[in-house]
Amino acid sequence: METQIREPSHESFRANLPRRHVVSKIWRAVFRVSTVVGIVALILLILNICNRSFGYVAVESPFNLESQSLQGVPLEELPKEELLALLEENVSRGTFRRLDREKPFEQRSQEEVYVLLIAEVGEPKIVKTWTLYESLFQRARVFAQAQEEFPDAELRFRSWINWDFITSQLSSEVEKAGIRTAILGSLWTIAITILVAFPLGVGAAVYLEEYAGDNPINRLIQTNINNLAGVPSIIYGMLGLAIFVRSLAAITSGAAFGANGDTAANGRTILSAGLTLALLVLPLLIINAQESIRAVPNSLRQASYALGATKLQTVLAHVLPNAIPGILTGTILSISRAFGETAPLVVVGAATYITLDPSGPFSRFTTLPIQIYQWTSRPQDEYRHLAGAAILVLLILLLSLNAFAIILRNRYSRRF
Amino acid sequence: MIIPGIQTTSPQANVSPNGRYAIEAHNLNVFYGNFRAVKNVDLPIQPQKVTAIIGPSGCGKSTVLRSFNRMNELVPTARTEGEVFFGGQNIYNPDVDPVEVRRRIGMVFQKPNPFPKSIYENVAWGARINGYQGNMDDLVEARLHQAALWDEVKDKLSQSGLSLSGGQQQRLCIARAIAIHPEIILMDEPASALDPISTLRIEELMHKLSKDYTIIIVTHNMQQAARVSDYTAFFTMDDDRAGMLVEYGRTNQIFTNPRDRRTEDYITGRFG
Repeated sequence: METQIREPSHESFRANLPRRHVVSKIWRAVFRVSTVVGIVALILLILNICNRSFGYVAVESPFNLESQSLQGVPLEELPKEELLALLEENVSRGTFRRLDREKPFEQRSQEEVYVLLIAEVGEPKIVKTWTLYESLFQRARVFAQAQEEFPDAELRFRSWINWDFITSQLSSEVEKAGIRTAILGSLWTIAITILVAFPLGVGAAVYLEEYAGDNPINRLIQTNINNLAGVPSIIYGMLGLAIFVRSLAAITSGAAFGANGDTAANGRTILSAGLTLALLVLPLLIINAQESIRAVPNSLRQASYALGATKLQTVLAHVLPNAIPGILTGTILSISRAFGETAPLVVVGAATYITLDPSGPFSRFTTLPIQIYQWTSRPQDEYRHLAGAAILVLLILLLSLNAFAIILRNRYSRRF
Repeated sequence: MIIPGIQTTSPQANVSPNGRYAIEAHNLNVFYGNFRAVKNVDLPIQPQKVTAIIGPSGCGKSTVLRSFNRMNELVPTARTEGEVFFGGQNIYNPDVDPVEVRRRIGMVFQKPNPFPKSIYENVAWGARINGYQGNMDDLVEARLHQAALWDEVKDKLSQSGLSLSGGQQQRLCIARAIAIHPEIILMDEPASALDPISTLRIEELMHKLSKDYTIIIVTHNMQQAARVSDYTAFFTMDDDRAGMLVEYGRTNQIFTNPRDRRTEDYITGRFG
């Protein structure tokens, strides 16, 4: 039986054509708008961070050293008791007690107290800060406000991100606070994460792709890895707390190796944090490495086997070298994620205020995102500028890590 | 099946196997899952000759070829029954190492697949992993000469194998295969992805190599089979789509005087 079909006609084609082009143009506009929205969001983010990281500050010295001389006696010749009284007047009671705890005042010489006084109160204090936007576009208002509210203060343009900020330790004083400890903590943690997660991830991916057969157990493992990649990071934090901090405290605190780590750390160490982040990125890394390995053409494996190569020789000489650019790309992404993680580290027990640089995997730690979080949650304005500067540092560090990995990747893939 | 010039193996020959044959499939069956791709194939291969396997698509030619060096095992669902005798031994015996089999039976694939390494390394790698002790430079040069590629690549040995043209790549793959001095070379439609001139050069090469090596070639191109081979095996599918050997004999006999009507239909283009 032959069915009658209508042949496609020129007329229907022509009638349709303009509409098809219009639809095509609309969609092109939609795609373009999505790109633009993304770029605008990114620019706003960077502007916002820069807005906080630079700007005018009003600096005031509450204690003008040059003019300070009591009854005609220069400051440095004052007796210790009077210097102490001056100190007590000009610093908070908490600071005064802290200084006393560090070294009781009775044991300090007059000269030491003088140096202390200069250090604690002689330094200019930031009394008011403005954002970059205000500093650039509302200068008149800034100047007027400074003149009115802080007549003694000197107005300066301050880049909150500067060399001192990067190289000094954390401090409760805004103008002295730095992020060296946090940077070192982040680098130590991420180094441990890479050292643990990269070999494990690549190894697992090689096993799953090249060795494991297609059986229910392996399918179950595969499904679970895929699901683990979607587990919220805070849950990894709980896991890290239970396993690395609590159960394996002997190892993660370094006691088992006789390392005299920070005794107060009892498991809440860089090692625990690095291992927790390694767990966090492992599923992502495995999935990505598997995909890269799967993308290696099968013809290469066959050529290798046909030459009498063993499985290991095939994997090492052909599969991995061809998969490594893809594996590195995935690693970059995973490590970037780990670098910016905050939640799991809070759970694992990042220290909120430490001034001691980490000296090894068994030290207590803080990381850049933790520090940023700390600062943003403070009520005072000044800390938000610190947070902005720290975010810039974090971004720069991330970008340089990525650039390094990209260079590495390009070097590998250029080998043919 | 009585074929002039070839004696069908007697049961005795199976007990003391493949004395005069380079390699010999006996009652070979290959399954992919539940599907039987190759059914009861007996195929003794003459040493130092070119044997062509021809037949329509899907008749199991490649599967038979790949069962000669246990490459089918790389397909997870594949299962092989029957025997393939090589060097006096069934290569499917549990105590036979497939790595050893593949070192002695080389393979060239349909699509040129040089390693993404240098031309030199493409040839040298197989020899190196198999523990070659001699001078590697000399070996690479000799094999590239044998593969009729030396003059074209001698100045760019450190360039990528992928920088060569398709025909050169395939000759590089042949150089790579003979670098480990196999006894048999399996070629799976080696010229099907190449232009006519490259094809011709591959065919010349096969002819030259057959002085030293036993060559088994799968081809879709009947002119090619007629040109290069000494023996031809014609495969087709039976009703349940399993590949089977229809006729096997000297090439000029198969092409001029086929005994089976199906062979005649196929080679005259009346295949239905």
